[in-house]
Amino acid sequence: MEDLSWGAILLRVFIRFLPVWIALIVTFSLSIAFKRRLGLYGKLFDNSIGVVGFGLVMFWVYTALSVGLFGWIATQDPLSAATGMKNAMPGSPLRGAGPGDYPFYLLGGDTLARDVFSRMIAGSWVVIRIAPLATLFSFMVGITLGLPAGYVGGKLDTVLSFLANLILAFPVILLFYLLVTPEMVETGIPSYMAIVLFLFPIIFLTVLINARFYTQPRRRNITLAVLLVVLGWTYLSLISDPETVVRFWPQALDLFNVPAGILVVFVSVVFVNAPTVFRIVRGLTMDIKTRDYVAAAQTRGEGPWYIMLWEILPNARGPLIVDFCLRIGYTTILLGTLGFFGLGLPTESPDWGSTINQGRKLLSIYPHAAIVPAVALLSLVLGLNLLADGLREESLKD
Amino acid sequence: MLFFLLRRTATMILTALCLSFIVFYLTNLPPNLEKVAKFQGNSRMTDEEVDRWLEHNGFTQPTYVRYGEWLGVKPGWTDLRDGKLSGRCIGAEMTKETAPRFCGILQGNWGTSTVFREDVSHIVAVRMAQTGKLMFWVMLLMVPMALLIGVLAGMREGSKLDRALSTFSIMTTATPEYVSGVILIAVFASSTVGLKWFKGTATSAMDGANFENFFLPVLTIALYGTGYVARMTRASMAEVMTAQYVRTARLKGVSFRNIVLKHALRNALIAPFTVIMLQFPWLLNGVVIVETLFNFKGLGWALVQAAGNNDIDLLLGISVVSVIVVLVTQLISDIGYVYLNPRIRMS
Repeated sequence: MEDLSWGAILLRVFIRFLPVWIALIVTFSLSIAFKRRLGLYGKLFDNSIGVVGFGLVMFWVYTALSVGLFGWIATQDPLSAATGMKNAMPGSPLRGAGPGDYPFYLLGGDTLARDVFSRMIAGSWVVIRIAPLATLFSFMVGITLGLPAGYVGGKLDTVLSFLANLILAFPVILLFYLLVTPEMVETGIPSYMAIVLFLFPIIFLTVLINARFYTQPRRRNITLAVLLVVLGWTYLSLISDPETVVRFWPQALDLFNVPAGILVVFVSVVFVNAPTVFRIVRGLTMDIKTRDYVAAAQTRGEGPWYIMLWEILPNARGPLIVDFCLRIGYTTILLGTLGFFGLGLPTESPDWGSTINQGRKLLSIYPHAAIVPAVALLSLVLGLNLLADGLREESLKD
Repeated sequence: MLFFLLRRTATMILTALCLSFIVFYLTNLPPNLEKVAKFQGNSRMTDEEVDRWLEHNGFTQPTYVRYGEWLGVKPGWTDLRDGKLSGRCIGAEMTKETAPRFCGILQGNWGTSTVFREDVSHIVAVRMAQTGKLMFWVMLLMVPMALLIGVLAGMREGSKLDRALSTFSIMTTATPEYVSGVILIAVFASSTVGLKWFKGTATSAMDGANFENFFLPVLTIALYGTGYVARMTRASMAEVMTAQYVRTARLKGVSFRNIVLKHALRNALIAPFTVIMLQFPWLLNGVVIVETLFNFKGLGWALVQAAGNNDIDLLLGISVVSVIVVLVTQLISDIGYVYLNPRIRMS
């Protein structure tokens, strides 16, 4: 078989993405049809920058879901090498392809003769699984600490701000090099950090619900009991892992184990992001607590946590949503940085940073192996930034 | 002002102490020390040999004591083995009497790198000069470019020019150094498909930097920062352009050119100044990535080497230097903000 021309490659890539196109068309037509009833999300579709950003983000979300849940789109196995395909140019036919195999390496092969296209697709699943979740956790930590720091102020604020500035003064890469090493996993420090950091979502949700239903003890008790059992079980399964130092939780009750490499990456990304979120939340709280409705709540005799979580936080949501989008992009960049330095994730992992790192060694001769994941990462982060920009413009119009 | 400066300096020193202790603690955890022992001795040492090596090289004391030694507030360790005295402060030609009691960074002794087998202070100075050169050119390219883009975009908010420049800014903030570096190398330096205008490595730029071998690394770092600074400048410019005094000037019939240059520009540049200063920690990250990507042997490259081999003294030296750079730029940004903006007075 002959090499494919660039037109044929593009056409075949386009066809491989068919499930994504269908999902995107469905999402967009439904959203545009009902956009007047969807609040801020609906207004996003009036903003051209926001629509482009949303499209790019959803493209990668659907790609990740298709490949991660159903195994669609990817043409080859992202980890296995094929003979004679080392550094193959884009569109090369697969040598010795069986009847069930996809007959081409659409975007070429890398230095270990693996399919660049499939690795890029598989990499999206790694990123989409870690980045939004890690950002969410950083927000939980940042909000839980930032609200009291801004609202109460005083000594608490001084101590917490000092700690936040301490972490922020660290060059991120130095912190990664210190935390994300096999030796560090051996000492168990990431596991202990996980114990502390993963506690924050539970504290946050417990306080949130307690503050809301404080006057209805029965409803509060039932809700809290259910929440604590579910979250507590997840929490204990998450932090306890037979391969690390934290392994107290019985195997039979352990729902899942996060591989130690992933856990340390997750923890350090949360750790790096949380202080910035803390500073933003603290600043917003200090601004909002001077408003009249906060004074009204204080006069009504509401508790401090109710005021923080149900008066201040909802009114700070605009800037926080915008920052959330930006921060997912930044987290993606951080994950790529970790991969680029070969930290944390296993070397054969298809995530974009690691792939760029492997591809850069032969960059001047075979650029495709590094360019493809680089463009993928660029488009996702660009999408998130455009989405944030669109959201900011639309929320300012209110 | 003096009180403010003193307070800030005190906080700065406390931060630097805490951070260096964290780095010290993390690099001195047992598995890391074992790695050091095997790197220094030989890689097939048994556990007892490792323990003995650590004991004879002063690694068995509590961490805070050893941190004090490193800092120079506690006397260095000594060890008597086979009638031969060795110790932290005892050099090759020294005896117990001639050797100083304290030798930490307060005495100017930064220790010895195990990877490069040289004094840390020497390595840091040499590498710092290289990185300084890189940073200088980055600033020289980034600051005017970012301010120009920001001012042009912000002076007529919502215009076509504004849209185009804002999109460019967003593009650059979405492109981390390892992505833009890869793309730039592929386009401008690749020997198979590229334009072959520049070189894909900057190793030769260490002795003689020229446009061909130094432009790509500088551009790579500058691009990522440009977008952010430009967006801040744009926001600040757009705000100034709606201010009362600009409207007054406009009603008086001052030309648009003069409004921008004489009335708006100076006030619009206050916010970007702080942002540029606070960009330094980010630039340090960029430096590490770009120096690795372009094989330019500066401080970032040394950091990667030190961290990869758990070179404790070098790692501490580099982190102290980078932390001081970050804290000093924060201080300058605070002072500069007050200095540039007469409306803010110290509380």
